[in-house]
Amino acid sequence: MTQAVTGTRGRSVQRPRTRAARRRRDRLRNLGFLSPWLAGTGLFFLYPLLATGYFSFTHYDGFTTPRWTGLRNWVFVTHDYPFFWPAMRNTLWLVLVVVTLRVVFGLAVAMLVLRLKRGGGLVRTLYYAPYLAPPVAATIAFVFLLNPGTGPVNVVLGHLGLPQPGWFNDPTWSKPSLTLLALWGVGDLMVIFMASLLNVPREQYEAASLDGAGALGRFRFVTVPHIRPILVFAAITGVIETMQYYTQPLIAGQVASGQIGGSGQQTEPGYPDGSTLTLPQLVYNLGFQRFDIGAACVIALVLFAFSMLFAAVLLRRGTGLLGED
Amino acid sequence: MSAARHHRRLAAASAAVVLALTASACTGSSGGASDDPNAKTTITFWHGWSAPSEIKAIDENIKAFEKKHSNITVKAVSNITDDKINQALRAGGPKAPDVVSSFTTDNVGEFCTSGAFVDLAPFMKKSGIDPAQTFPSAQLDYTQFEGNQCSLPLLSDAYGLYYNKKMFAAAGISAPPKTLSEFDADAVKLTKSSGDSYAQLGFMPDYHGYESTITHFASQFDATYFDDNGKSTVADDPGLTAAYVWQKGLVDKLGGYRKLEKYRTTFGDEFGDKNPFMTGQVAMAIDGEWRGGMIDASSSPVDYGVAPFPVPDDRAAEYGKGYTSGTIVGIAHTSQKQNAAWEFVKFLTTDTDAVVSFSNAIHNVPSTKAALASDKVDPNPAFQTFLKIAQNPHSSTTPASPNGGAYQLTLQNVGYAYESGKNTDLSGALEKAAKQIDTDVAQAQ
Repeated sequence: MTQAVTGTRGRSVQRPRTRAARRRRDRLRNLGFLSPWLAGTGLFFLYPLLATGYFSFTHYDGFTTPRWTGLRNWVFVTHDYPFFWPAMRNTLWLVLVVVTLRVVFGLAVAMLVLRLKRGGGLVRTLYYAPYLAPPVAATIAFVFLLNPGTGPVNVVLGHLGLPQPGWFNDPTWSKPSLTLLALWGVGDLMVIFMASLLNVPREQYEAASLDGAGALGRFRFVTVPHIRPILVFAAITGVIETMQYYTQPLIAGQVASGQIGGSGQQTEPGYPDGSTLTLPQLVYNLGFQRFDIGAACVIALVLFAFSMLFAAVLLRRGTGLLGED
Repeated sequence: MSAARHHRRLAAASAAVVLALTASACTGSSGGASDDPNAKTTITFWHGWSAPSEIKAIDENIKAFEKKHSNITVKAVSNITDDKINQALRAGGPKAPDVVSSFTTDNVGEFCTSGAFVDLAPFMKKSGIDPAQTFPSAQLDYTQFEGNQCSLPLLSDAYGLYYNKKMFAAAGISAPPKTLSEFDADAVKLTKSSGDSYAQLGFMPDYHGYESTITHFASQFDATYFDDNGKSTVADDPGLTAAYVWQKGLVDKLGGYRKLEKYRTTFGDEFGDKNPFMTGQVAMAIDGEWRGGMIDASSSPVDYGVAPFPVPDDRAAEYGKGYTSGTIVGIAHTSQKQNAAWEFVKFLTTDTDAVVSFSNAIHNVPSTKAALASDKVDPNPAFQTFLKIAQNPHSSTTPASPNGGAYQLTLQNVGYAYESGKNTDLSGALEKAAKQIDTDVAQAQ
């Protein structure tokens, strides 16, 4: 500051320098505040993402140094690997059907629980409790309940004279069975939707009623606009979770197939007939069981790209996670 | 502009850091065989046994080893799967295992080619062990890959035919079948339909029927999978084609795929007391020698007999053979105590008393020539049948490949499509499978 007032020449040279120094200091200070986030993002997001991209162009078994192979892994996965496209179709099917139904069902249950005059607490607990069940145990229980030969569900259906599906043992029914399992654990969405529905101003419903809006009109013009950010949130997290769908289809396929996988007995991926095979199962199989980390990275990147694409589309169409976005 | 330049610099710096980290992460750590085997040390041994009787048996073997080698303490970790092994061998570190055993031979190719397990040939040479004189040839085959003996057999498995004696007597069958045509006739005779299901099934041929796999069946047909250059031979191998055709024929004779599959869903766990052979749901089963021990230890009322699995009619002279496999043991490449680890591996796999006592305790077939000839081996006639199958010169196993059991999975999928009638063009499916196997192997190298 003292130098800045020593003369015209000094003033013209020193002032920008001081401003630049201040800007540099500000930047460093901001960087200091940001450093925990930068370190976290760099270590747990940027590094894995770039490393995954690098490994996808190499032959890497986890033991020896990666060897650059160019596009070989990409060609192998998309052209020569017989499980990739069936797994992609299954994953997309689950994303579209399971996410849509979970959002619709979760919202319906939340609205129902809020309308109940008596027993609301009990119904809320009954719907929420399955969400707390460990996925492996819940899946095994579902496979036993829906066992076409000995399961109680088919016994009851048989007594009622109704068709008895093959459930997890039939390629046509295996994904709908997984959908039932996902709907059974809808408690998480129910709670979020309940909180959101309670925030909708009562007077707007009254005003809409006075204007002649029926139940459907009130839902469409009052409820939906208010809970739209929560609907978008539920859809995006649902898409990401379903793109990572691993435990339930793997366990369901293995338990229903009865295969353990000893010598000369390979566990069939995606039993029955590849219908429960999902992309994350391929990532694990290739990367951790077949020692082919390069090809596994290709599928991981495809999953990442699809998750980003779905999230971007939903955010654009749903006007963001915040109402005013 | 300056902001954009700044971002570019940041991105470049990040990329450099990432590449540096990647490069350092990829170099890994490797151990060595420079340790003094006489020094006082502790080694870690990972194995997959989990039943109390099995853990007791392996712990007794460890105690016997520690008595002989008072300077080496063995820390055993039980119930380890191949997935855990793969991860630990990559990570290394002080808690990683020195000695590792695996129940399946399918991953030997991966363990050898990747260098996850060290080559044991120099150790055997140093200890004066001639592998050809010590181990049966089938066991030596499935523990090495392309000349790299990266593991050794630690007891073996042999597959044969289990049959229900009471059901045989009730059906008027006096002796177990020796040829597949006799077997088919007996399976039909032993089958009692009940509506769209069965009151009793002679044999479950479906490929999801536990040990009824294509590779176990194909062993009876002397099927081959790779030629000397490592190329798949499945499209041209007459034995493999015959195995698929025979299995499909039996599926049709017993009521068809759909009816059998529906019945299969009533089966209990393969390794529990509700195994369909133990509950009397099936009259015959292909299974390993361990099943006899499991039946004897359970409350199952089944009165069973054991025989070699039947052979194709045109190979009647080879009756007595079967599919063989076994547990393998190796030394992790990350181990810093490889000489001490070798002392333990040598004891487990070549000490006749250790092999015999372990074999008797867990009902697995001994894996050395000396132990097989020992008069201390369990004299139980059922167990002795499996010893003979294991020693039969025509017995065979599935070869190791650089991507583990991937080729077996491809062949299994051919079987699923063929048995269900989804695919009727077997030769076309096998041609496609051969191409797929070659592509998968090339990808793994």
